[in-house]
Amino acid sequence: MRILEGDGIIKNFGGLAAITNVNFYINQGEILGLIGPNGAGKTTLFNLMSGSLSLTSGVIRFKGENITGLKPHQICKRGMARTFQLVKLFGNMTVLENILLGSLFGTLTGIRQSNALEESLELLEFVGLSGMDGILAKDLTVANQKRLEVARALATKPELLLLDEFMAGLTPTEVSLAIGLIKKIRDKGITVFMIEHVMKAMMSVSDRIIVLHHGEKIAEGIPEEITTNPKVIEIYLGA
Amino acid sequence: MKRAISKKILYPVLLSFIFIIMVMMPPYVSPYTIILLNSIFMYIVLTVSWALFSGPTHYLSLASAAFFGIGIYVSAILGDKLPLLVVIGLGGLISFLLALLVGLSSLRLRGMYFTIFTFGLSELIRHSVQWWEVNRTGTVGRWVIAVDHTTVYYVMLAILLITLVVTYIIKHSKYGLALLSIGESEEAADHIGINVNAMKIITFAISTFFMGATGAIMATRWTYIDPSIAFNPLFSFMPVLMAIFGGIGHIFGQILGAGVLTLLADVLLTKFPYYYMLLYGMILVIVVLFLPKGLTGLKEEAKKWLKVD
Repeated sequence: MRILEGDGIIKNFGGLAAITNVNFYINQGEILGLIGPNGAGKTTLFNLMSGSLSLTSGVIRFKGENITGLKPHQICKRGMARTFQLVKLFGNMTVLENILLGSLFGTLTGIRQSNALEESLELLEFVGLSGMDGILAKDLTVANQKRLEVARALATKPELLLLDEFMAGLTPTEVSLAIGLIKKIRDKGITVFMIEHVMKAMMSVSDRIIVLHHGEKIAEGIPEEITTNPKVIEIYLGA
Repeated sequence: MKRAISKKILYPVLLSFIFIIMVMMPPYVSPYTIILLNSIFMYIVLTVSWALFSGPTHYLSLASAAFFGIGIYVSAILGDKLPLLVVIGLGGLISFLLALLVGLSSLRLRGMYFTIFTFGLSELIRHSVQWWEVNRTGTVGRWVIAVDHTTVYYVMLAILLITLVVTYIIKHSKYGLALLSIGESEEAADHIGINVNAMKIITFAISTFFMGATGAIMATRWTYIDPSIAFNPLFSFMPVLMAIFGGIGHIFGQILGAGVLTLLADVLLTKFPYYYMLLYGMILVIVVLFLPKGLTGLKEEAKKWLKVD
């Protein structure tokens, strides 16, 4: 089943075409990768899905429902969560409060405070931050801040999680931990759509990959197809 | 955890005790004390309600005077036509409704743009009222029906109590947490399901209700008002100063700041009438320079010093 579908998506910033007629879909339960050179429009596409930018034209359907034009908080409540390329945490609040907020506000049904607290502590453990609940978010290491952002997104009980460069700036050890975490998230039944520059990680974890270049989709397929695609090789190696 | 529980019992008992003393006090103290307490209550309400919105969200509003002044004008226009409590309620309600409108049109503005907008709004209202009075009613000032000091005292005490209770409840609910998150990162708050605009507008409006109600009762103290008295920009700046002076993050700090500065102004004005503003300014500068977290920051500073030794 397709959990998310984009049809004829166009986004112009004034005279600049950031996304040109892109069609895509994500199957429920898969890990879909999005790659492309800097400025290809990857983050713009995420911003369009999560509602932080409005489309110039096109339609986005989430679980069969047209979500074009909805606000980020409405989209989040319907079950789509995201992280940011540059981590956006509530820096002067504690790790636990960061997650708690996601749990308290992220769902349509609402939740009792005691359940939210319990859930948040579980998520803390799930992402590997147990024992850090009382630390201010800004005092965490970069890797831990990224995990916290994932935990906060997961607290909103998403069915689809958008990860924007979750592994950028991590050490090789941290990258392999991050890959483990993404697989664990998938095993929970959450569909993952991720932007990544760390190619090795991307190839090992994705079920399918989409390649964007200058706002256009130039390739789509399983990792093996992508690595042998001449167009992709050309953009990445400039041959 | 044990300490938190004992505090849970201690504070309500202590606060109820203080409240009972406040209620019993008027017959035993001089009218001067009552008048001074009325000023203190007024500034506490203005400061706490200003900080309810501007504290956590970091949206610095300079519109307190606008809503306070609306309360004053409601009192001046309707004071002789309606019962006092209705007038006070209306002062709050009209401020609340205006704040909703203002909020809908302005809360997309951020940072200093929001601050300048609120300041401009305050001035706009002042000049509009002035224009109306000169061109339509033919007079600039108005008389306000006087109310005796003890009545003002009890009404202010009630408004103060309601302000503190409402603020405390909001601050310690999930909405209080959400307001803090808006101050930290509005975009992230939006993306985890918080309706940022609605939260901001409603909180802003609630905070102005108390300002309007306070204006409506305090108007009776002046007996004569005109737009420059009612919409005096000082009523916008003082709550900000007082909150910073006391410690913006804690209700206790805001109360302390408003209380201490009002007392200080009173003492300086009576003891050093010629140097009043000079001394007042110097004290403010010293506090801001050396206690960036306000008076409540003293406790943390003291702890640091003890640890160093």
